[in-house]
Amino acid sequence: MRYSYGGDEHIFVEVDESMSLEAFFKALFITNAVRDKAIDGVTEICPANASFQIKFDPDRISPEDMMAELKALEAAAATAPSEIRTRIIEMPVFYQDPWTHETLMRFRDRHQDPNAIDLEYAARINGKASVQEFIDAHSGAPWFVSMVGFVAGLPFLYQMVDRPRQLEVPKYLRPRTDTPRLTVGYGGCFTAVYSVRGAGGYQMFGITPMPIYDPRSEYDYISDDTMCLFRPGDIVKFRAIDRATYDATVAEVEAGRFTPKMAEVTFSLDEFNADIDAYNRKLEGVLHGQ
Amino acid sequence: MASDMQGAMEVVAPGLATTVQDLGRPGYYHLGIPLSGAMDRLALVAANLLVGNDAGAAGLEAVFMGPELTFHTDTVVAVCGAELPPMVDGTPVPTWESFAVKAGQTLSFDYLRKGARAYIAVAGGIDVPVVLGSRSTYALGGLGGHQGRALIAGDRLGVGAAGAARPGRSVPEALRRGPWEAGADSPVALRMLPGLYWHRITEASGTRFFGDTWKVAPEADRIGYRFRGGQPLEFVPREQPFGAGSDPSNIVDACYPYGSIQVPGGTEPIVLHRDAVSGGGYMMVGTVVAADMDLIGQLQPHTPVRFVETDMKGALDARHHRAALIEQIRTQLA
Repeated sequence: MRYSYGGDEHIFVEVDESMSLEAFFKALFITNAVRDKAIDGVTEICPANASFQIKFDPDRISPEDMMAELKALEAAAATAPSEIRTRIIEMPVFYQDPWTHETLMRFRDRHQDPNAIDLEYAARINGKASVQEFIDAHSGAPWFVSMVGFVAGLPFLYQMVDRPRQLEVPKYLRPRTDTPRLTVGYGGCFTAVYSVRGAGGYQMFGITPMPIYDPRSEYDYISDDTMCLFRPGDIVKFRAIDRATYDATVAEVEAGRFTPKMAEVTFSLDEFNADIDAYNRKLEGVLHGQ
Repeated sequence: MASDMQGAMEVVAPGLATTVQDLGRPGYYHLGIPLSGAMDRLALVAANLLVGNDAGAAGLEAVFMGPELTFHTDTVVAVCGAELPPMVDGTPVPTWESFAVKAGQTLSFDYLRKGARAYIAVAGGIDVPVVLGSRSTYALGGLGGHQGRALIAGDRLGVGAAGAARPGRSVPEALRRGPWEAGADSPVALRMLPGLYWHRITEASGTRFFGDTWKVAPEADRIGYRFRGGQPLEFVPREQPFGAGSDPSNIVDACYPYGSIQVPGGTEPIVLHRDAVSGGGYMMVGTVVAADMDLIGQLQPHTPVRFVETDMKGALDARHHRAALIEQIRTQLA
């Protein structure tokens, strides 16, 4: 792991230059350990995809002592069981929806392939025979929330499949100035769900009817303690829905009756690696109460 | 009670982007909710102390252009930070000094003379709901402050219970800190600790980065300050890691420290500020020391700037110097 001071108030740790579940898991494990240790002077604990960052108050703990604490936890992480207690959450997605379509058509001049839509382009460069085949891959296996951020409550998700099956797409050539709220986007090897409307550079695949950020405390299923649904380490399963289900779900959300399908689960990296597809089926079983 | 209904003050004209800010909202950066709070914290603290508030009470941050506020109650006000000359019913009053405003009077501002952000403290502090531990506005997320946004005409704001406020108290000239100390023609020095992805650029490129004079770009706001005019970075060649993206300035999306300097495409450095995006996929060459963050909040577009290399000792010395300055202001006003 590579350690660096980020000025006098941060330590930035790169677990690996490349993205992998192993790197993410190590970052999550160490940041959990930092939180559990309740080190005086630590003010922010931020796990990311293959790295993490600790913000501290150097008036309360010296940078050298903070660094020593983290390095000691790295040693402990090497021998710890790769297991976490987390949640699996289902997110309905209306792929190829009219709203992201309207937006992506406005920004064709910033795209690698102005004559195709984002999903057609993504399907082609990932060797899929059709858009449907790409959607099946995207909504087939579950995803880890490997980071929350950029803006409030926005999850980055990394799919729980082996490297050869990872979907990869570049970001737009130049970022858009607009992205609809709750767009399901894709850049590099990450899905991102835009928690608020705004600029963005990820390819746009669809939209979810399920709000994930709640600054006005309107939705019961989002905690008032954080106002954000997702936290790093959550597992997400996308479910492809059609227009009728999308509209019905939006109506449920607006009536305050919507709660996402969600279950507590223990995730073991070793068991997952032993048989990925069987393990993912088991996770989905937990989601559906089996 | 009447004053509660009506608010202690009413926004007649909002200025350019006037927001309620205190000293920020720590603890939610892992969810993408940034610290927020005053860009120039020393100026807000000074303004609060002048009117007898706690250092961290909520005030108004006005950028480039002041608001026009009509008060419905007698109070004491102070304006610190940028030289944005305040007026009470059209009569000029000094900055860095507390002054009385009577019910029915209007506080307005003349044109900006120097700096970028003025902090308006009112005895008792601006009373908006505390959200996730702070009254600060995070406009990008529609969170905190007054309805999660910059003020607009017609807004009414309440204030808390005032302490021992009196007009005529001032911060001595020598303790008024700002980037204008550099002088009009010399670049403002921003001390930075190289690190993070500094190893991704060549040694010659690193030398040029510190040697060049940069200018604040028009794209400079509470999220970050962009700089232009220096030479593009030269990257150490590598095969891009899985998940990073194809541009040599891309990394696997990671956390961004406050004050970190990212350089998308290797061309224009961006220093993230109080409303920072918490992470992303661009390499960062280092971090501006915490003590110099206030100065960035007072930089106008086109201001020349140089990044000056320092080490941890330099960063901590700067930190202690700033803390001592605040302590002196506190002692003066005690």
